[in-house]
Amino acid sequence: MLIMRHELLLIVITVILLIVEIFLPDSQKRKIILPAILLMTCVTVVGFLPETPGILFGGMYQSTQLSMMLKNILNIGVLIIFIQSVDWLKQEQNKQKISEFFLLMLSTLIGMNYMISAGDFLMFYIGLELATIPVAALAAWERMKEKSAEAGVKLIFISALSSGILLYGLSMIYGTTGTMYFADIAPLITGAPLQVLAFIFFFAGMAFKISLVPFHLWTADVYEGAPVNVTSYLSVISKGAAVFIFTIILYTVFAKIAVMWSEVLYVITILTITIGNLFAMRQQNLKRFLAFSSIAQAGFILLGIIGQSQLGMTTVIYFALVYIFSNLGAFGVVGIISNRTGKENINDYDGLYRTNPNLSLVMMLALFSLAGIPPLAGFFGKFFLFTAAAKQGYYILVLIALVNTIISLYYYLLVIKAMLLNNSDQPIAAFKSDGYTRLGLLLCVAGMVIIGFASSVYEMVYHLSYGLF
Amino acid sequence: MFEGVPLQWFLITGTIMFFVGIYGFLVRKNLITILMSTELILNSVNINFVAFNKILYPTHLEGMFFAVFIIAVAAAEASVAIAIIINIYRRLINIDVEKMNEMKY
Repeated sequence: MLIMRHELLLIVITVILLIVEIFLPDSQKRKIILPAILLMTCVTVVGFLPETPGILFGGMYQSTQLSMMLKNILNIGVLIIFIQSVDWLKQEQNKQKISEFFLLMLSTLIGMNYMISAGDFLMFYIGLELATIPVAALAAWERMKEKSAEAGVKLIFISALSSGILLYGLSMIYGTTGTMYFADIAPLITGAPLQVLAFIFFFAGMAFKISLVPFHLWTADVYEGAPVNVTSYLSVISKGAAVFIFTIILYTVFAKIAVMWSEVLYVITILTITIGNLFAMRQQNLKRFLAFSSIAQAGFILLGIIGQSQLGMTTVIYFALVYIFSNLGAFGVVGIISNRTGKENINDYDGLYRTNPNLSLVMMLALFSLAGIPPLAGFFGKFFLFTAAAKQGYYILVLIALVNTIISLYYYLLVIKAMLLNNSDQPIAAFKSDGYTRLGLLLCVAGMVIIGFASSVYEMVYHLSYGLF
Repeated sequence: MFEGVPLQWFLITGTIMFFVGIYGFLVRKNLITILMSTELILNSVNINFVAFNKILYPTHLEGMFFAVFIIAVAAAEASVAIAIIINIYRRLINIDVEKMNEMKY
């Protein structure tokens, strides 16, 4: 089938939604929700059809089996977010802006797809910017709230700064190699001082996007201020796509200086996991709590990258897949409760199990999966990551990560304790969530359980991944 | 026009602009000035790309194209940023970053 099918389909449905939006009268804007979700479902399903790998634009765009699988993973995540955000979109304040939400989300997804398929730093940069600029508009979505505008401005400035730093590194790479194509640069990377400096700038720029410590300070603020569904998009899809391309570039372009970047990653991993966990413990707002937990999870992902082998890349992708389902489950529950009651603090969840047993069960499963409790997929994800790092002999690093897993269990259990054990005089009142929310949460739970048991998923990822040796 | 100017001079100019941009980003209090600082950073990158292309690799135009794309993307970025800044101005009647402290730690 056609090369570049994912992107073309997304562009087509974006244009369709744009045209439909023009002809819809103001009172019927809500009617765009169902077609948007159905079209996204079609794109997701068609994405799974087999496709011959190939290159376009003289190698600037390269489509491989691996990149197609990564795009499918992102498609599934975005579909779940669409389904989960219906309840929020139907609120009165969003009446006029429903289609904007879909259009902005789809254009960021197009950017991420181009970024993942990039064979050239120019394509990578354009994809990266297309993936970040609309998200800033989404973060500043609630025009009447100061917090939302604050989140938007923080996100756009940090992304501008980080792309500036990243580009400064790229300009040095161009100066030393004279080309921007991944395949041409790779053999010319020798570890000369200017190239090492270039790598440091590049790494810092990407670390801002993945929110690694010490470049993480924007994360919690943006996550708290943005609407919940945008937050879940930022923490799962944006971060996932950035991790994927970061791994690919480290494994292909910077393969020759792997000794250097694994040392950098070693230190950053320890810092990210530890600081993410320690700050997560003192949070009261659930969105901030999940923000710091997602910083810690990004640290765990680095364990796989540092593994450098085929196993390493497999575990990164597998963990990201598991993380998408677990985190979307948690954010789905936070989102529906925030929509219905406006409550976002951990204390407000006291006694939730008595009033809303199903929601608290989903939340419990999602947090257990994030913490890595055995029957759920999160356990296998973390276990494989540790295996990948241990195979390279990073035993101390794995030990530190294990200790941090136990710390993380403490704060995840705090939320679960609030829901199941604590009593409250004024618990969140019982409410019935609509069909879309239930479907979204059901998909997340199914993903968490099935991916843990279906080893074929892991096998498939393993066959498509590659390592440094 | 710039015949005989050594590469180092361009690179030094670029580096100074880059770090002036970073300094401005960290120190300035006005949102518009911060936006100008990020533009300074991106333009320093443009100088680097164009200088490398013109002096080291004059046969291909990759660096020039990259610079053109950076300019275009920077314009898009600035437009979104200014839209958000205008929104903040309407809420707070102020665009001082010190006033944007609702969320911390």
